[in-house]
Amino acid sequence: MITKEAAQAAPAPAPTAPEPPRPAKRRRAWDEAPRWQIYLPLGIYLVFTLIPFYWILLFALRPAGSTSLVPWPMTFVHFEKVWTDRSFGTFFYNSVLVGVATLITTTLVALAGGYALARFDFKIKRAFMLGLLCSQFVPGALLLVPLFEIFAELQMINSLGSVIIAETVFQLPLSMILISNFIKNVPYSLEEAAWVDGCNRMTSFRIVVLPLLRPGLIAVGSFAFVHSWNHFLFALMFLNNQEKQTIPVGLNTLMSADSVDLGALAAGGIIAAVPVVIVFAFIQKWLITGFSAGAVKG
Amino acid sequence: MAHAAAVAKPPRPPRRRRASATPRRLPYLLIAPAALLMLGFIAYPVISVFYYSLQNYNPTKPWRNGYAGFDNFTRIFTDDPLFWDTLVFSAKWVFVEVGLQLLFGLALALIVNQTFAGRALGRALVFSPWAVSGVLTSAIWVLLYNSQTGITRYLADMGIGDYGVSWLSDTSTVFPAVVVADLWRGVPFFAILILADLQSVSKDLYEAAEVDGASRIKQFWHITLPHLKDAIILSTLLRAVWEFNNVDLLYTLTGGGPAGETTTLPLYIANTSVDAHNFGYASALTTVAFVILLFCSMVYLRLSKFGGESK
Repeated sequence: MITKEAAQAAPAPAPTAPEPPRPAKRRRAWDEAPRWQIYLPLGIYLVFTLIPFYWILLFALRPAGSTSLVPWPMTFVHFEKVWTDRSFGTFFYNSVLVGVATLITTTLVALAGGYALARFDFKIKRAFMLGLLCSQFVPGALLLVPLFEIFAELQMINSLGSVIIAETVFQLPLSMILISNFIKNVPYSLEEAAWVDGCNRMTSFRIVVLPLLRPGLIAVGSFAFVHSWNHFLFALMFLNNQEKQTIPVGLNTLMSADSVDLGALAAGGIIAAVPVVIVFAFIQKWLITGFSAGAVKG
Repeated sequence: MAHAAAVAKPPRPPRRRRASATPRRLPYLLIAPAALLMLGFIAYPVISVFYYSLQNYNPTKPWRNGYAGFDNFTRIFTDDPLFWDTLVFSAKWVFVEVGLQLLFGLALALIVNQTFAGRALGRALVFSPWAVSGVLTSAIWVLLYNSQTGITRYLADMGIGDYGVSWLSDTSTVFPAVVVADLWRGVPFFAILILADLQSVSKDLYEAAEVDGASRIKQFWHITLPHLKDAIILSTLLRAVWEFNNVDLLYTLTGGGPAGETTTLPLYIANTSVDAHNFGYASALTTVAFVILLFCSMVYLRLSKFGGESK
């Protein structure tokens, strides 16, 4: 918990600000670990991190039955097989739909709520914050049955809408807290200055706050996308029709098949990983500042 | 987490207030979508779970449905050895996972917080498993642990370990196997959270300590660790709740097996409701899990004096 004074005394680091070059004599202290103390443990950890990735690439790219440790000669038959025979093309399309829709709804709803939490004092605010906090202790998995009944009532079983709603709802609390912390870091005086210049709240928000929020919105949006892309139980429960399934469910089917086709499993896994890898490659630099401004310093 | 005091703003002169349109109703309008969604899809389901916990409710045996009083709860505490087994495994799972993730995550964050050649690439690579989902993690480790074509076979070829260990289907190896698989994904998450907070430690403190001749280990104990305290408390709590609740990985990697060896309480609940259709009993189990979680979290926050005298 942070008091107002502390929040002002320790503002979050400016997003993406490069570290200013410091004169050589000041670069000491903690930065001065001997090189081997960095490279040796990092190297060991890298091996642990990368071997599993290499392994899945190996199985996806080498012919079935091969025991070679190098994926050569390379083959793409596993990809063709999962994409068409195992319907991963359809799953992929569904997952993209769910991911993008969840991203949009989560960001918009959390943006509105986050702004209210950051800029207004209103009666039910404490209760609302408490609700957000408590919701973190409610496991989505344990609410499957009532949720299923609600969606059955709404005739949304077997429609991607059910998964989109469920994913959005379970992303909201954290997203809203993140966004409201980002908005608190935008000085209120900037908005007030805009009003003096004749803007209304909507315009001042659009031209003053929104541009400064971009790193935060990118972080929140990408978390929403990645979570809904990866999450498995809601899709498993609410979508019975294979035409509507998403990638994680498809992967689980490949894993629990009677005779597990390891090549297909590996290829499916890579298809599942590609969008996430792309998202993270783009947002890498916003990620850590996003977290430090939003999550930890609440 | 944020609390209301953090947001209270100094009173402003009334003339400026005019610029904000409908300030009284606006905040309610803004939180309305979020509030409605959460009421409908979290609060209402939670309440119906409490309601079902007092019912016999099984759609495949409708003739037995109806009010059951506290029968479900009595059965949980007096007549369900599986409940205690899964509770013990849950505790073991959360404790080992979060402890190891904190240890390795802290070490990793301290390392990649230093300046060294190739830091950006190094960070990107060691953090990459964090983006990987539970199911995908399972898929990857199924490939690695496969007794015929997995990594142990190649290690055995080199003279390390035995041939044909089925890591995931042997009761003596399954626990370390799932722990390692989850660490692979969990350590980067922890490291990112801690790294984010490390970056806000003022460099001046270290420089001052250096001038005073404090060793690097002393600097770590007296500057870094106190600064990280709140972040560590918060992230271990969040992580513990998530590790407890998360069923994706164990459900797909082992399905709770072999012989129920890796069934956490939430996984047991999911099996009871989804496979056995015993919704009433599953709801009672859920209620118990929720109370345990809430109680442990409060005790933890109290013991750790979160946000206490340091601020």
